[in-house]
Amino acid sequence: MTRQDFFIRAAPWIYTIAMFAIWEAVCHIFSIPVFFLPPPTAIADAFVEYWGPIYRNSIFTLSTTMIGFGLAVGFGLLLGLLVGWSRTIYAGLYPLMIGFNAIPKVAVVPILVLWFGIGFVPAVLTAFLISFFPIVVNVATGLATIEPELEDVLKALGASKLDIMRKVGIPRTLPYFFGSLKIAITLAFVGSVISESIASNYGIGNLMLQAQAQFQVPLIFAGLVALAVEGIVMYWLMAILEARMTGWAQRSGFAQT
Amino acid sequence: MSAFVALDGVSHTYGARGGSTGGTLAVDGLSISVNTGEFVAVVGPSGCGKSTLMKLATGLQFPFKGTVRIAGNVIDRPVKIAGMAFQAPTLLPWRTTLDNLLLPLEIVEPHRQEIRRRKADYVARAEKLLASVGLNGMGSKFPWELSGGMQQRTSLCRALIHEPQLLMLDEPFAALDAFTREELWCVIRDLHAARRITVILVTHDLREAVFLADRVFVMSQRPGRILVERPIELPRPRDLDIVYTPEFSEIVHELRGHIVRARQ
Repeated sequence: MTRQDFFIRAAPWIYTIAMFAIWEAVCHIFSIPVFFLPPPTAIADAFVEYWGPIYRNSIFTLSTTMIGFGLAVGFGLLLGLLVGWSRTIYAGLYPLMIGFNAIPKVAVVPILVLWFGIGFVPAVLTAFLISFFPIVVNVATGLATIEPELEDVLKALGASKLDIMRKVGIPRTLPYFFGSLKIAITLAFVGSVISESIASNYGIGNLMLQAQAQFQVPLIFAGLVALAVEGIVMYWLMAILEARMTGWAQRSGFAQT
Repeated sequence: MSAFVALDGVSHTYGARGGSTGGTLAVDGLSISVNTGEFVAVVGPSGCGKSTLMKLATGLQFPFKGTVRIAGNVIDRPVKIAGMAFQAPTLLPWRTTLDNLLLPLEIVEPHRQEIRRRKADYVARAEKLLASVGLNGMGSKFPWELSGGMQQRTSLCRALIHEPQLLMLDEPFAALDAFTREELWCVIRDLHAARRITVILVTHDLREAVFLADRVFVMSQRPGRILVERPIELPRPRDLDIVYTPEFSEIVHELRGHIVRARQ
């Protein structure tokens, strides 16, 4: 392992520790009150003190997020293939989807509550609604960018549209699909937490809302950190999945130095 | 000798799908007839509709005027007997070279029914074909591990693996260096000689056209039609050295004159 390799591997830790250290220092140097911006040590204390609730609510948020995300993957993949399959469906659905995506999901939560009550279901559905769009767009893009020459080669062999889809369309769409999962998983967290902070008795969003009502600012920040950790872990899992499934598409040495 | 591919008074527009209005005329009143087992080259100024000719002759597109016949039948759908190769190798990056070669066999009848059962036979066939173009043992490599010339050889093999009756080549050597290009000329020459398949080659390179073809057609500027038909009576088999003979140069020079006039 060369010196440079070592620093590349250590870089995430060094940068993260540096950020927390600067944060801690700023809080002390400028004597920032704990109820305004708590230093990382105060947040760590809150973590220890409230570990039980933080853990339970994190698991709740993680499960609503993952179920919503799972729905988004299934539905997004299906819709993306459908949209990529036919120009008519593409033309028909695209404006609808863009309009739908433009709606702030926070505005949809009250409707979901009206239909399903508060708690688990609206959180799952909000996570789903906010995260399926990038999957659809990416899958459809992958299909839309099949080289026309390759299509000609296959058509001149008597290939049906389904053949072209199976042999070329779907495999070449996979890098786009797995790339979109990394975006979708972080969005799914946004969705579930929004819904929890508006209409739930569980979850990190709800925990932070209660902490705010009781002016426990370090606990609010502890909730944020818990979310960030969950987000990083899930993103990392998606990145591993992407590298596993589509190693052939990642040969570029561009960002490696 | 019967006409295997025959385009008769064909006109085609781009842009407007299946109609004669709107869009620009790509070819107009184009007639060309290619005999079974013949090697034909089509040359012309750029943008003269050469690629349109390829698509019309394989039923990937249909003319609004005139007829396209293959083996005597008017075609109304993509033919199932053609192999195609283009300037870009268009290999699938997630498949090895060998699996890229097997792709046509997974699609063409009757092979697609049998490929599971007789996989070993087909693999042997693909490896034999790879060896015939000088790619022995390259089957397990991925396309990006091959040089440009090797990728183009693979692309040619993919066009031939299902033993098509018709081979369509659209500037397949344009992106290669001069030495590799000449090597591949010989590969194509030998494959044509061995299999007697009908070949239509679209190219910018007059030397390539004269070296390989039985007849060279010169197309006009857009909308394209055939200006000149020039039989090449150089004896076969042709050695690469032939390109340095005066007879060869004379033909190339003559064709060049036609193209210069076509561009005006």
